[in-house]
This record gives sequence, C-alpha cells and structure tokens, in this order.
Amino acid sequence: MTDFMEKLATRASEEGLLDVAYATVDTPVGQVVVADTMRGLVRVALPGERLDNVLDQLVEDISPRVIAYPRRLDEARRELEEYFEGKRQRFELALDWRLSTGFYRRVLRATAKVPFGEVITYAEAAERAGSPRAFRAAGSALGSNPIPIVVPCHRVVRAGGDIGNYGGGPELKRFLLELEHAI
Amino acid sequence: MDQALPPFQVFLEDHLDPVRAFLRGMVGPTDADDCLQETFIAALRAYPRAHAGNLRAWVLTIARRKAIDHQRARSRGARPVAEVEHLVDRANSAPAADSEAIAMNPRHTAIWAAVAELPPGQRAAIVLRFAVDLRYREVGEALGTSEEAARRNVHEGLKKLRRSAAELKEMTR
Repeated sequence: MTDFMEKLATRASEEGLLDVAYATVDTPVGQVVVADTMRGLVRVALPGERLDNVLDQLVEDISPRVIAYPRRLDEARRELEEYFEGKRQRFELALDWRLSTGFYRRVLRATAKVPFGEVITYAEAAERAGSPRAFRAAGSALGSNPIPIVVPCHRVVRAGGDIGNYGGGPELKRFLLELEHAI
Repeated sequence: MDQALPPFQVFLEDHLDPVRAFLRGMVGPTDADDCLQETFIAALRAYPRAHAGNLRAWVLTIARRKAIDHQRARSRGARPVAEVEHLVDRANSAPAADSEAIAMNPRHTAIWAAVAELPPGQRAAIVLRFAVDLRYREVGEALGTSEEAARRNVHEGLKKLRRSAAELKEMTR
C-alpha cells in the first residue's frame, strides 16, 4: 500500500467517508478477506472466494465507498491470527449484522453464542432462534453467514454425527472443528 | 439499467496515475500531491452519485476544479512546473528532451513560466493532451467542451508556447 493511498484512506475514515474498509489476512487455510463498516466487522470471506466478487457484492449491498485500509482492521486481523495459532477462543470484535435480516439474523446471533470447542445441531440452532421446526431454514441461514469463523457457523453440525455443509467446503469445517478439538 | 460502480479502490487504482500527471502539469510536482488528495477526497464524497459510464472525465473535472482553487489560493509569484519543452517536443514528434537537463536549464524554467501564463483552458487542454495522453474527444469531455474546442485550445496554446520558445532562443543566442 503506497503512502498516498494510506494517507487518503486515513483521512477518508476520519471524515466518515470510508463506508467499507477491507484487508486480507494470511491463515493456514489460505487468504481470508475481512471488511468492516463504521459499526463493526461486516464480512469475512473464506479462501476460494474471489476478492473482486467480494468487493462487488459489498458495493451492491452497502456502498461503493470501499477502500483497502488494513489499519482499520488491525484488531480483526490480530484476533483471527491468534485464533488460527490456537491462542484465542473467543472474538471480541464489534459486529455489523446488516448483511443478514429476520430469521437468518436470529439464527446467526444464536450461533455466535456457541462457545469454542462445542457443537450444536441445525435443529438446536433453529430452536435457539425461536422456530424449533425451521431447521432447514436454519441451514440456509448458516450457509449465508456473511461473517464465518467469527460467527462460528462451523459449530453447527448434523444430528447423526456428520459435520454437514460449509460455505468454505467441508474440509475447512473439519479443519476448524479439529483446531477447536470439537471432534 | 445503470452500470454498477466499481469499488472505490478499483476506481482509485485505475485513475490515480493519469490524474497525478494532469495535476503535475497544472500545479507542479510540489503541490500536485496535495491537490491529488483533495481531488480523490472530493471524488469519494460524491462517488455514490457518480455515473459509471465515464469516470475518467468525471474525476479529471474534479481535479481541474481543485487545480484552479489551488492557483487562486496561491500568490502570483508561484509557477506551475510542467515539463513543457517535453510536451512541445512530443507534439512535434521530436525525441523527448532529457528531463534532468530540463530541470537544470534556465531556458526551460522560462518556458514553464510561459505555460503558467497560458489561459487556464489552454493549459488544461495541453496537459490533458500531452501529459495524460488523452484524445481530443476525451480532452473535451474532461473540460466540458466539444472535441473541436479542445483541439483549438491545444492548438492555440502550443502556438503561444512555440512563440515563447522562439523568443527565448533569440534572447540566449
């Protein structure tokens, strides 16, 4: 990042013009993109998602004022690095939930409370969101999670013992659950 | 349907170099970076209302306004430091002069002063044509004039510069 870009982004952020800041984080599973708004972390994109697609979607969903500004994401990057090093069990980041609404948001908020190293079933996630029978919809909600890892949708598994689907692929889900010694 | 705007980051990377070249020609390298920041902050402020169709002309229009504000704010003694000799050479398809030599040569300092004396429209048109490498149609778009007016501005500006250069040659002979 050039000095000019850094100064521009700093000023933009100070003047409240930087609607979405983003940065990349290198993790053992590949490059993760993190993005925040003035309210908090709004998006985590897992390896395999193309950066340009992620940015275009942020333009469509939030604002075209999207700028690379790693400094505003220092805390999120640090916590993610610590998580992958096994040194962190819970994230202490402000979250911006605007990319999910209604029942989906309720499912994700309930999932955010599942502690490190534990798992629940899709039916339990639905129940905690207030609609015990809506376990299929709960699956869709978890599949659409805009803030994976930090909102730990990987801790929701099938009742039979199978780990179930994951946006970043089942191998990544297994990796995360093994990292947490949950399986 | 309106074309979607690119993320501002992509817009910034696409247009930073031409806008910087334009501002260097308009206000000189020392002040260009300040104007560059003002330009892109203003662009960021207005960005959600921009039209994706012609973002280069749009941002150059903002840059031109910032350059004019800057010139107004500055004292009369200040001079833009465009590499005018280089521009004139390119216009004549002659080999470009060595830029180090330009910086050291008092004759060229005088030519830069001559560019500063050009009416703003001619100066902007010349810088856009030869430093930013735009076609006349694009120069017109950036200046809010017709292609024909852009061509005429460049032509008139070059004529004045050649006259200044010729006078200088006489003087230093």
